[in-house]
Amino acid sequence: MKVVVVGAGPAGVRAVEQLVRSGLSPTWLDEAADGGGRIYQRPPAGFRRDARALYGFEATRAAALHATFDALAPRTDWRPGTLAWHIRPQARRLYAMQDGAQQEIGYDALLLCTGAMDRVIPLPGWTRPGAATLGAAQIALKAQGCAIGRRVAFLGTGPLLWLAAYQYARAGVEVAAVLDTTRFAGKLAAAPGLWHAPATLATGLYYTAWLRARRLPVTEGIVPLAIEGDADGVTGLRWRDSAGRDRATQCDAVAMGWGLKPEAQLADLAGLPFDFDALQHNWVPRRDAAGRAPVPGIYLAGDGAGIAGAEVAEIAGARAALALLEDAGQGVDAALVTHLDRALRRQARFRAALDRAFPFPSALAAGLADDTILCRCEAITAGELRAAAAEESALVPAPEVNRAKAYSRVGMGRCQGRVCGPAGAEVLAAALGCTVAEVGRLRGQPPVKPIPITAMERVAG
Amino acid sequence: MRLHRLLDQDRPEIRFRLDGAEMTARQGDTLLTAILAAGGGWLRRSEFGDGNRAGFCLMGACQDCWVTVEGLGRRRACGTLLAPGMEVRRG
Ligand SMILES: Cc1cc2nc3c(=O)[nH]c(=O)nc-3n(C[C@H](O)[C@H](O)[C@H](O)COP(=O)(O)OP(=O)(O)OC[C@H]3O[C@@H](n4cnc5c(N)ncnc54)[C@H](O)[C@@H]3O)c2cc1C
Ligand code: FES
Repeated sequence: MKVVVVGAGPAGVRAVEQLVRSGLSPTWLDEAADGGGRIYQRPPAGFRRDARALYGFEATRAAALHATFDALAPRTDWRPGTLAWHIRPQARRLYAMQDGAQQEIGYDALLLCTGAMDRVIPLPGWTRPGAATLGAAQIALKAQGCAIGRRVAFLGTGPLLWLAAYQYARAGVEVAAVLDTTRFAGKLAAAPGLWHAPATLATGLYYTAWLRARRLPVTEGIVPLAIEGDADGVTGLRWRDSAGRDRATQCDAVAMGWGLKPEAQLADLAGLPFDFDALQHNWVPRRDAAGRAPVPGIYLAGDGAGIAGAEVAEIAGARAALALLEDAGQGVDAALVTHLDRALRRQARFRAALDRAFPFPSALAAGLADDTILCRCEAITAGELRAAAAEESALVPAPEVNRAKAYSRVGMGRCQGRVCGPAGAEVLAAALGCTVAEVGRLRGQPPVKPIPITAMERVAG
Repeated sequence: MRLHRLLDQDRPEIRFRLDGAEMTARQGDTLLTAILAAGGGWLRRSEFGDGNRAGFCLMGACQDCWVTVEGLGRRRACGTLLAPGMEVRRG
């Protein structure tokens, strides 16, 4: 049986571990040069910080995952630096690219562990050099030992906001402000449901307590107004406090993010249906609790199958691999299956509480000013997208995001709507007076990321 | 924008050229780190006239960090490691 796994983060590593244990040697690819994924990304050769310095509380888990990866890679057909860019589900073929060379890989079963990216809400000035995602701020520090500025403001909501600010403060960077758009975020972070995962909760509370104990400027319930700057980049952030007062923070960089969204373009190309998960406020590819997709031969695990965090990604990766093996008629350890299923159910309760504590602020996105750039690929404003939905437009008003994309080009740029997608959907839904679920989701297109055109023509021809 | 080197910076120095000017960076830097830590300030100019860009996600998702490397063509600066003597051009 030919098995292909995409992604070598927590989900991919634990999936491949089960496959190898069953005597398989899957083809395993990741666009990154090394295993580890986002949370446990490893710096390139030559960096010397140890796991404790790199991953803090997660050091033990990180070291364990890296050790497993290092042991597995030589026992598989491991292909680093390889982008999977297209899938033909009927033909069961995956198209990939490594060092500019094209690869066509047939499979009987395909396991997608593609992870997530930051979900952002645009604001005036967010394309300036110095504005970055929370994930970017972390990656700069973790994988390159650099800070994105000398005096950094952190903006958004969710656990990564506090975590990134904590990591920067620990590294000696001046934290200009931690601005949470959720009211009472600190209190909500201790909501009852969160006790389903006490360890995660404890570390979360630790970060917030640490920041407050050092009297770092933490403010909740804020409304971001604009990132200011000059020719050299960011010079400040303007925002409104919960009492309605306009405030300004001087900083040379802004790290921003409102939770995560699945990187699910490959699942889309594989022909999977998607459902809108109202609680997490994301479109997620359909799968059963074990990770089986409704398209034969396709399995999903980790944040790419719906945001649930690193711990769940490890469990879900192992579980999806066992589902794949079961479906192929191989015997699996029934006790392990029961154990993993139970762990997934327990974690789901925690996740639901977390999603309730840090909701995506739809109104903030829906209310973007007409002249604010929404699509950074092609510098298209929120107003231009609204025009696509307007009655007085010469065209038939766009009833959903893909038509609106054809009219306005929002989502047509080189990032394929990865960045502007969530906010664009809110803008369109508000303009049409319907729910964000009703305006649908941007369909994925091959290649999932830009590749040389000649490579694509060869496949198409 | 300027990236500030904080930790793990005792790596061998390497040289590269940015728009023809000689620059210094460290082995293990991505192109993005090399350019923005050396004071390059930005990575590309928006084709739509709304100013300079310096990447956004650092994880290969936003595509807002494309530069041209002599002999290699267009590359994402956030995901490409710098090699000694590279000639990097910004658009
Ligand atoms: C920038 C960032 C930083 C984060 N930091 C933290 C943190 O500090 N703490 C925390 O708890 N959570 C963090 N998270 C959340 C994170 O998503 C999960 O904790 C965890 O990494 C999920 O594991 P995963 O295996 O599902 O996906 P990931 O770890 O994201 O791994 C997915 C892998 O798939 C690869 N991939 C994706 N698409 C393709 C393709 N088309 N072709 C080839 N390879 C592909 C990626 O390169 C990546 O290596 C972070 C998320 C992001 C985006
Ligand atoms: S910074 Fe986003 S792709 Fe490089």
